[in-house]
Amino acid sequence: MANAVEKPKDSFRPSMLLYDTRYRSLTIQIVVFALFVAAAAWLIDNTVRNLSALGKDFDFGFLGVRAGYDIAQHLIPYTQNSTHAQAMLVGLLNTLLIAVMGCALATVIGVIVGVLRLSSNWLVARLMTVYVEMFRNVPVLLWILLFYTVFSEASPTPAAFRGEDGQSMLLGLFAVTNRYTAIPDVAVERGFGTLDLGLFSLNLTFAAIVVVLAASFYVRHRLKARARAVQESTGRRPSTWWKSLLIVVLPIALLLWVLGTHLLVPSLSGFNFTGGINVPNSFMALWLALSFYTGAFIAEIVRAGILAVSRGQSEAAFALGLRPRRTMSLVILPQALRVIVPPLISQFLNLTKNSSLAIAVGYLDLRGTLGGITLNQTGRELECVLLMMLIYLAISLIISGGMNVYNSRIRLKER
Amino acid sequence: MSDTHAQTVPFVRDTMLPQAAPPAGQAGAVRWLRENLFSGWVNTVLTLLGLLALFVLVKEMAPWFLHSVWNANTLTECRQIVADRWGPDATGACWAMIRERWPQFLFGFYPSNLYWRPVTALVLLFVALAPVLFPGVPRRLMVFSVLYPFLGFWLLWGGSIWLPVVAILGFVIGYAVWRVLQRRSPLLALLGGIVAALVWWLFLAGPVNEALTSALPLGLEMVRSDRFGGFVLSLTIGVAAISLSLPLGIMLALGRQSDMFLIKTMSVCFIEFIRGVPLITLLFTASLLLNYFLPPGTNFDIILRVIIMVTLFAAAYIAEVIRGGLAALPRGQYEAGNALGLNYFQAQRLIILPQALKISIPGIVSTFIGLFKDTTLVIFVGLLDPLKGITDAVRASTDWKGIYWEPYIFVGAIFFLFCFGMSRYSMHLERRLKRDHR
Repeated sequence: MANAVEKPKDSFRPSMLLYDTRYRSLTIQIVVFALFVAAAAWLIDNTVRNLSALGKDFDFGFLGVRAGYDIAQHLIPYTQNSTHAQAMLVGLLNTLLIAVMGCALATVIGVIVGVLRLSSNWLVARLMTVYVEMFRNVPVLLWILLFYTVFSEASPTPAAFRGEDGQSMLLGLFAVTNRYTAIPDVAVERGFGTLDLGLFSLNLTFAAIVVVLAASFYVRHRLKARARAVQESTGRRPSTWWKSLLIVVLPIALLLWVLGTHLLVPSLSGFNFTGGINVPNSFMALWLALSFYTGAFIAEIVRAGILAVSRGQSEAAFALGLRPRRTMSLVILPQALRVIVPPLISQFLNLTKNSSLAIAVGYLDLRGTLGGITLNQTGRELECVLLMMLIYLAISLIISGGMNVYNSRIRLKER
Repeated sequence: MSDTHAQTVPFVRDTMLPQAAPPAGQAGAVRWLRENLFSGWVNTVLTLLGLLALFVLVKEMAPWFLHSVWNANTLTECRQIVADRWGPDATGACWAMIRERWPQFLFGFYPSNLYWRPVTALVLLFVALAPVLFPGVPRRLMVFSVLYPFLGFWLLWGGSIWLPVVAILGFVIGYAVWRVLQRRSPLLALLGGIVAALVWWLFLAGPVNEALTSALPLGLEMVRSDRFGGFVLSLTIGVAAISLSLPLGIMLALGRQSDMFLIKTMSVCFIEFIRGVPLITLLFTASLLLNYFLPPGTNFDIILRVIIMVTLFAAAYIAEVIRGGLAALPRGQYEAGNALGLNYFQAQRLIILPQALKISIPGIVSTFIGLFKDTTLVIFVGLLDPLKGITDAVRASTDWKGIYWEPYIFVGAIFFLFCFGMSRYSMHLERRLKRDHR
């Protein structure tokens, strides 16, 4: 055996580059790297020559130029006279809006359906299976188009809500019409005004609500930590549920009352609903379709996560005398979440990427503004597509970076 | 009390009682109902809600499906028939549209006298897939599976038969050179084989192809890519991308697991980049930007570009799935491979990959399903996918203007069949490959 590790006596031969494991990996890497550089150089050279042949340059200056097109749904002030950069920002915010709302609804649907699929109720379990299989095995584009058709073809016109014998609104608050869905708006009577910070203006009312909520949740967190400390030292856990409920609900309710918050219910005036918010159907269709589609996948993930926790775990918890609720929160959920969360996040990523299908229903998201109208108007394909890809990539990397942090926190600490 | 007790006679039963039927609530349908539908108030509420939902769905949809019309020439005629048969307020499905536009959904604008070619290609596809998918089929059919890509290409696009033949010859020549040089030195054989094949394709194939074509003009009528559409397009892209993305995905996964820093970094960057952007932007790159990246004057087929992009996209996802499989293998398997004296490729081929791939089957198949569903996105680069492209084309005609549900339901049902079939096959494969007895 000693001979095997001895250095070969003869001097270096070129064939050792391939047959000697000491050099082989280096050789392979150099060859691959050379090929990669050559390919990249070739592509860049082609691009430069093509651009000069077309008389174009590589310049992001177009972002500062007046956009000149309207975007129906904008979360920040935007007019035709805004720049392409602002249009891009509006699109990005629209993408993020649909992504966040979609993820929230999809999670709710997924958790409910995933739990119900495991239910002992034969009928409900079958119905949920049908839902999951139906949505998973059909392209998401079809669901988007189908939901859009439901809204645009199977809903009444706003004018149909007129009069006594007209359509009645859902709960008296919502009206689904063939052009938009009218929902109530929340308004405050005594707002705190806005604070101009130069770059952007801060809505103090909104900030106050956020601060109060954050403070209540922090106090609730402290309360729970205190309860845990008491439990560790005395073995007896003080009851906290009514205190935490009070801490969370009371301050925000008080603040809303002070602000004089009330609902602005949409009402028909002329041919349209006014008063509330008119959410365009493109948004509604995209939101519901993406949520139901992703919800089906999340349901499977939740089901797998619950099944992954072995029965012995809950039996052991019962044997230790834990009540069902605490068994769920202390034993089952932490273990199930470890299985559920990573694929759940990747479903969130998928939903975010699928939101680029907004183009099918004419919802102007990042793909529709920067990669659609701006691209067509300025003719700068290279810059627009590259920028769009980078933005999507940044969103994805941020989300998956967050997931990695979470994963390393909950990883099984094996000894 | 003790007196009475003392008086009792000990009772011992000496005859068997006849078996009694279980109580009515504990047997048969009633018991099943009680256990599965009404076992508690939560379950009862759920059952009632489920029944309500079912009732509403059936009530809303059943008449529409029941009032289907299969024979009509226009949507107005359809609606007229429904109104005549079931009253003026009745609504009904107009499947007559599917009946009339059926070829378009299947073939797009493929020339109608050449429909036999995609059909033959599809039938032969199943023949080619059989030895890959099912173990009972003779192994010799594998030769046909290997040749099928060329045959399928020729059937679908047509043109001279010599083009695929010449392309195959490149592989044959490369293989022959490799075999001849194999005895001298494996490295020389590998390099020689690759160089010989490249020389053939780049310099000799063109003239030989022309010579053969002019000498013996055998071939099929050419069909341009913009005539493709419908499920022919979806299946072409789907099958090509699926079969190409698996090997690429395996290579990327191995690259990501590699000890070599550069290989690993490049694999990670590629995978994360592809997974970070929506497919639609990659398709955009294919349709808008590829002309910038290629030498001036080159212009190659849009379907081919889309296949390349979809392949790269799916490969990145498959690489991640397989990486999971590789990570799930116990370290001992790698060490066992080394202990047996196998080199890297032998160990991967004989020990690691068979197990890792078996673990990753569900993930791989669901990636394939996703890929097949994503073939509908080609509409955004101007190809006529069955879902939106063909449906819009149908709706653009005056006869079928205003028809919404039927095409979606039809196309959705076909996609469902394919995808559900794939997922069932993967479950079958998992069971077949199950070697442990847990």
